[in-house]
Amino acid sequence: MSARLFGSDLRILITISILVSVAIIVPVLNLAVHPDSAFHVPPYLVALVGKYLCYALLALSLDLVWGYCGILSLGHGAFFALGGYAMGMYLMRQIGSRGVYGNPNLPDFMVFLNWKELPWFWYGFDQFWFAALMVMVVPGLLALVFGWFAFRSRVTGVYLSIITQAMTYALLLAFFRNDMGFGGNNGLTDFKEILGFNVQADATRSGLFAASALALALAVFVTWLITTSKYGKILIAVRDAESRTRFLGWRAENVKLFAFTVSAVMAGIAGALYVPQVGIINPGEFDPANSIEVVVWTAVGGRGTIVGPIIGALLVNAGKSWFTGAIPELWLFALGGLFVGVTLFLPRGILGLWDQWRNSGGKAEREASIAEEKGIDPDEPPPALVRAQSGEQSGTWTKPGSGPEPQPAE
Amino acid sequence: MTILFRRLLTTILLALALTAPASADEAALRATIAKFATVKGFPATEAIVRELAAAGDPAVEKPLAALADGNLYFRKSDSAVFIGAESGANVKLSDPLTGADAGEEPKASVSKVRVNNGLRRTIRDLLGTLTLGSDDPAVRIAAAETMFRNADPTAIPGLDAAIAKETVTSVKAKLELARASAVLKSDLPEAEKLVAIELIAGRGDREALSLLTAYEASTEGTLKDAASAAVTRMNSSLAVWAAAQNVWFGLSLGSVLLLAAIGLAITFGVMGVINMAHGEMVMLGAYTTFVVQEIIRTSFPDLFDWSLLIALPLAFLVAGGVGLIIERGIIRFLYGRPLETLLATWGVSLILQQTVRTIFGPTNREVGNPSWMSGAFSLGELSITWNRLWILVFSLAVFFLLLFVMKRTSWGLQMRAVTANRRMASSMGIRTPWVDALTFALGSGIAGIAGVALSQVDNVSPNLGQGYIIDSFMVVVFGGVGNLWGTLVGAFSLGVLNKFLEPYAGAVLGKILVLVLIILFIQKRPRGMFALKGRAVEA
Repeated sequence: MSARLFGSDLRILITISILVSVAIIVPVLNLAVHPDSAFHVPPYLVALVGKYLCYALLALSLDLVWGYCGILSLGHGAFFALGGYAMGMYLMRQIGSRGVYGNPNLPDFMVFLNWKELPWFWYGFDQFWFAALMVMVVPGLLALVFGWFAFRSRVTGVYLSIITQAMTYALLLAFFRNDMGFGGNNGLTDFKEILGFNVQADATRSGLFAASALALALAVFVTWLITTSKYGKILIAVRDAESRTRFLGWRAENVKLFAFTVSAVMAGIAGALYVPQVGIINPGEFDPANSIEVVVWTAVGGRGTIVGPIIGALLVNAGKSWFTGAIPELWLFALGGLFVGVTLFLPRGILGLWDQWRNSGGKAEREASIAEEKGIDPDEPPPALVRAQSGEQSGTWTKPGSGPEPQPAE
Repeated sequence: MTILFRRLLTTILLALALTAPASADEAALRATIAKFATVKGFPATEAIVRELAAAGDPAVEKPLAALADGNLYFRKSDSAVFIGAESGANVKLSDPLTGADAGEEPKASVSKVRVNNGLRRTIRDLLGTLTLGSDDPAVRIAAAETMFRNADPTAIPGLDAAIAKETVTSVKAKLELARASAVLKSDLPEAEKLVAIELIAGRGDREALSLLTAYEASTEGTLKDAASAAVTRMNSSLAVWAAAQNVWFGLSLGSVLLLAAIGLAITFGVMGVINMAHGEMVMLGAYTTFVVQEIIRTSFPDLFDWSLLIALPLAFLVAGGVGLIIERGIIRFLYGRPLETLLATWGVSLILQQTVRTIFGPTNREVGNPSWMSGAFSLGELSITWNRLWILVFSLAVFFLLLFVMKRTSWGLQMRAVTANRRMASSMGIRTPWVDALTFALGSGIAGIAGVALSQVDNVSPNLGQGYIIDSFMVVVFGGVGNLWGTLVGAFSLGVLNKFLEPYAGAVLGKILVLVLIILFIQKRPRGMFALKGRAVEA
């Protein structure tokens, strides 16, 4: 265990400690420090960064399946939104008789649609523990059923991506319907309080921020545990050579199913923390375009690294906030360019680039010292053979034997 | 209803303008018309209207129609009656019978002949009877249709006379139907009404059905039984027609899906490239059509009917060119990494969308239908619009053209060789990079010409392509990759399935059901309906 604390594991430790300290410091700076002080964190920033942390959790959940298991899910937004809806339902029930129509049992939109009684699937959502359970159970169950069908029949690669996209698209259409009982087009909004605290109050916001940061820290820890365990090695084996893993006797579909379900639960928690901070959940969250955007956060930060997606989500979303405020018409160009640029030039993301730079830096130093010992001028280019070997990094994404040429769809 | 009525009137007026004979007793008519200026109260006006109609002269159409539209005026100074059209503070006057220009008067010095809805109805019915005597069979048919809808027992003698005179069979049949509908409202003996019910039931369309349903509710005894039997019979035959109509809607949707998906099937099948920017190629094609039409509108208005034919090759070149640039610039570096290709092409799609939005604005652009694509015709109880029919024909033409290219040209042979075994093909001297680039350009070009067709039935906006991308993927996945026939069958079966689920489940739920069914279907056949077989498949 102590050996693990070095290298990339040190990075995990640093990330977790940063997240935990942010969870403590930011609320203090927001609440206890006088607004005129230079150290005061304004409430809007707390809400904004809190939102980003939820996105980071979502990106991390995608990283678990994409980076470590090779399943590119284009429907992770659906799990996020389902978790959000579960939390939204709890928040709706908390409004009670303070709604526009003052009905103690029915949310406003149901009164508006002339519903007489609460549909069965809304039962229990007045209890926080039940809602909190559903936040994890609903996305997890969907992922379990969907994944069971998909992985069992060996739907892989782009086919899986496309049907996950179809899944979130179908849910988008479904949640737009008023008869579904989830508020239709308008979704759930107008929340009053959570666990008895006013959702608008600064203290509640800070609390939610701290909860998001801690949830992210916990998720980082869990993901780290999973990926460094023996199970994580099978996960990576499935990613790199699924057939070979299968031939060695492992049930690849079960491995994938576990990762997919855990990932969906994480996405659901992210959604549940997101909803009280932004104050609304509507079917737009199911939009397939949102799910693809999550993919780019993960790709920018570096998939297959636990910290990368977090950095990616924070950077891209900060960029989005800045762009849409300053030059909104250029945002889609920037996002599109990011997709193209990252896939072409940064296949391993920012963190991958950083690692490469550090490794090559270290290697160059070592080579220089070796060269010096041997009495060769280090400025002279090393023999081509060494180049070729050092270029071959562990964990590159190309399959052995497959050059850059198209492969017909399977 | 009023629109129909207006249209009828326009037809009548046009017909009259061409054929109106100089009437002998014009003076008598003018004397009657002049009474409108002094009339007091609606019943008196109605009496004058009936008097005019009784003259049986087609020339009275014009003043009566004007009266119904509230355009009949009289001059306060000399009580002369005119047809007027408001223009600013003045009223443009014209002669009530000949339509000759009679100068302008300020609004204050003329007064409208007042009219109410009851009077309008009377005029409409009377006009119907009047036009039965017209020389144009189309006008007579229109009149008979109007009378069928507004049954009036008092019109039976007039109809009998018209039926006796009529020589054109189709018009005669319509007149008899009109008579039958009038008979149901009259107090004629039951036997005659039974005949009338049979006659109306034979017409078999929705109007006849609603007429008989209303009649069934208002009557009793044998007549009620006969009417309800007829309604049941008509309902079952209409159900068959409704099913046929659904099939047609499904085929129409399927043709749109086929157009959108077929280019994707080529790129996905041959190269294994998921092109998320495919929808944007469709959009580029639609915008090319828009630009072509704009140029034609401003510079060569005579060519408008040819605009789509001109746009087709241009759209192919524009979209194909953009596709070639994307392939050479981005995709070729990502071969062997399908998931990353997917992401990169998604980025391209965002950039293309935003580019189009910047150039053309975010709102819908109007692309017109050429005359040969607008309108509809009916086949039995099917209503078929020309643009949908042409798109169906066009999609099949594109399909077979593509099939020809794939099966009968050397380029197609090379494409198939590369699909089957890339390395072997390369060893045989096929330049696989060029085949890839041209295949991608071909797929994109096909998407472009799909855009020309879709501009006729969909809104041309920067988001046009996004609406099709998921559906087209479903078609390709469902039909099986690398097989054009699979795409054809997939597109049409999904289209028909969608339209058949719609009446039972609603449009949205129907679509969801289709998506769920596809997801389940993939379980059973993960490689689609018509999967490629052979050793090369499990690469």
